Amino acid sequence: MSNPVLEIPVLEILGLHKKFTDIEVLKGVDLTMATGDVVSVIGSSGSGKTTMLRCVNLLEDFEQGSIRIDGEEIGYTAAPQRRRRKESEIARQRSMTGMVFQQFNLFPHMSALGNVTLGLLKVKKLPKAEATAIADQWLERVGMAERRNHYPGQLSGGQQQRVAIARAIAMNPKVMLFDEVTSALDPELVNEVLTVIKSLAADGMTMLLVTHEMKFAYEVSRRVVFMNQGKIEEQGAPEDVFRNPQSKRLAEFLKNAKF
Amino acid sequence: MAIFAVAVVGNLIGLAVAFAMTSRSPALRRSASVYVTIIRNLPIFFLMLVTFFVLPQQLGIRIDKVYAFVGTLSIYAGAYLAEVYRGALIALPKGLREAGLAIGLTEGQTRIWVIIPVMVRNALPALSNNFISLFKDTSVAAAIAVPELTFYARQINNNTFRVIEVWSVCSLMYVAACYLIAAGLRYAERRLAIPH
Amino acid sequence: MDFIRLFSDLYIARWAILEGVGMTLIISFVAIILGTMLGIGVALSLVYGGKFQRFLVRVFLEYVRGTPVFVLILACYYVLSQAGIQLTPFQAGLVALTVFCSSHVGENLRGALLALPKGQTEAAKAIGLTFRQTFVYVLAPQALRQALPAWINTAAELVKASTLLSVIGVVELMLTTRQIIALKPRPLEFYLLAGIIYFLICFSIERLGRRVERRISLPS
Repeated sequence: MSNPVLEIPVLEILGLHKKFTDIEVLKGVDLTMATGDVVSVIGSSGSGKTTMLRCVNLLEDFEQGSIRIDGEEIGYTAAPQRRRRKESEIARQRSMTGMVFQQFNLFPHMSALGNVTLGLLKVKKLPKAEATAIADQWLERVGMAERRNHYPGQLSGGQQQRVAIARAIAMNPKVMLFDEVTSALDPELVNEVLTVIKSLAADGMTMLLVTHEMKFAYEVSRRVVFMNQGKIEEQGAPEDVFRNPQSKRLAEFLKNAKF
Repeated sequence: MAIFAVAVVGNLIGLAVAFAMTSRSPALRRSASVYVTIIRNLPIFFLMLVTFFVLPQQLGIRIDKVYAFVGTLSIYAGAYLAEVYRGALIALPKGLREAGLAIGLTEGQTRIWVIIPVMVRNALPALSNNFISLFKDTSVAAAIAVPELTFYARQINNNTFRVIEVWSVCSLMYVAACYLIAAGLRYAERRLAIPH
Repeated sequence: MDFIRLFSDLYIARWAILEGVGMTLIISFVAIILGTMLGIGVALSLVYGGKFQRFLVRVFLEYVRGTPVFVLILACYYVLSQAGIQLTPFQAGLVALTVFCSSHVGENLRGALLALPKGQTEAAKAIGLTFRQTFVYVLAPQALRQALPAWINTAAELVKASTLLSVIGVVELMLTTRQIIALKPRPLEFYLLAGIIYFLICFSIERLGRRVERRISLPS
């Protein structure tokens, strides 16, 4: 059994600062995740949780701080030089994470299978047969095997989101990023997606989820992080964070969220 | 200039045809449809030549050049505008016409006072686009020696051979005119927009 | 109407008419191809180019779109020969039509590209696609589908604009018709024939366009 202290954390966020023009949205965020961790990030709108998530795969730039995946500096070279990496390097780094979006963002001109295989074929440059096999395997895993040849326009929201999950996870990322993935779904469809996520978590997938679904966060996470005004205010095991909130604002937030 | 005459006549034709296209009489619908389809698939220059050469010679109809030009362009415009108006017409809520009838207006009165004002306001962006296109199409008249901008430009060109100046100025004038027209139409759009 | 004379006249003129039609089709076709390629460049510059590039292209575009085709044709014919480039009427006309086509294609494609939801680019980035890959596999297919109807329309407009080339001496259908009439004065019949031909060309373009549209439309 490896010594956890010597193991490099799969995701390390240190001193993350980000500004949107004049408004500082992230004011120094530190977060560490080990392989297999499932971390939920909760907080009110504007707390910076989605921005932080989007910095991890460099969909947003950040001015200060560092993000490391498996020890590798993401997006920028290490301080003090701190240069933005080449676009081709950043593209490669992005394939180390998988992101599932609130609006699914499936490619409408490709079938479910096409959506999942695109990354495998063009980024990982796998041969077609292998890519299709992997894609089929993951589509099966999310329960969409029967509809592999359907187009996003023929799928319900829940089905689309499940394909989106397959698309992200088929790339074998080190960390999966979920950005409020059920917020855009009709209530009846939310469950099918949450079930899939729970089963992936049970299989040991490393996940960072931004979510409003408190009950779900409580059930699936190993750790819960509460963000407020650009900083992490409190974090800990679900029982501690949800049952025994230390900070006043967290208590307030939970009360409003009716947990 | 001529463009305004065309605008007026063309719009009237367009409106009439649009109503014909959505009317209950299959004969009207058919003929209107045929008119639109045929004209829209023919070049304006071709139509001009027909007006100027075929009509006088074969059918003995003699019309003054400018009137013939305005007439032809209006018929051309009418087909395109009919499409615009047809689209605006079918986008109207059915209740509009019924409301007009319900307060006692006749069919014709309903059309004039209720339907057309709403339709026109909705169609303004598309109409503006068409108007600018038509304005540019007036240049074709130069090919048949109707006195307008392009015609004068060609004359100056042939007389002075100051080619680059002539054509830069000519096209600049069109561009400027189009820009002004577009700006004017946008202003009109905003003023006339139905508040909601 | 003397049908025998009519048909014999038509028969005599058949090669000239075919040449005219051929020229119309060829010059329109080539202009469409070249114009579309140029138009793609225009659209790419406007959407992805640097500030200066965008400015230049924008000026060019507004200028071309604000001028009537006819003026464009005449300008190309006269100005280019003045500037020392000797062009045949065919070449000058081709340049004019190409530029005209590119302005329409450029504007349409730009609109289609900008209308794509930002999420598409983000999803493509998220799975690690480079910009070039994103454009080729995700953005372009969707934008082209979107821009197809407008492109078909542009093609038809181009055929109609080719009639104006007769003024600078390109021997396309319009000029041919007038030449034939000069020899065999039957304006009504020959113009009617020309009209039918133009109608058929434009109508077929439209029809073809709609068929292609249906074939590439996404199931829903």
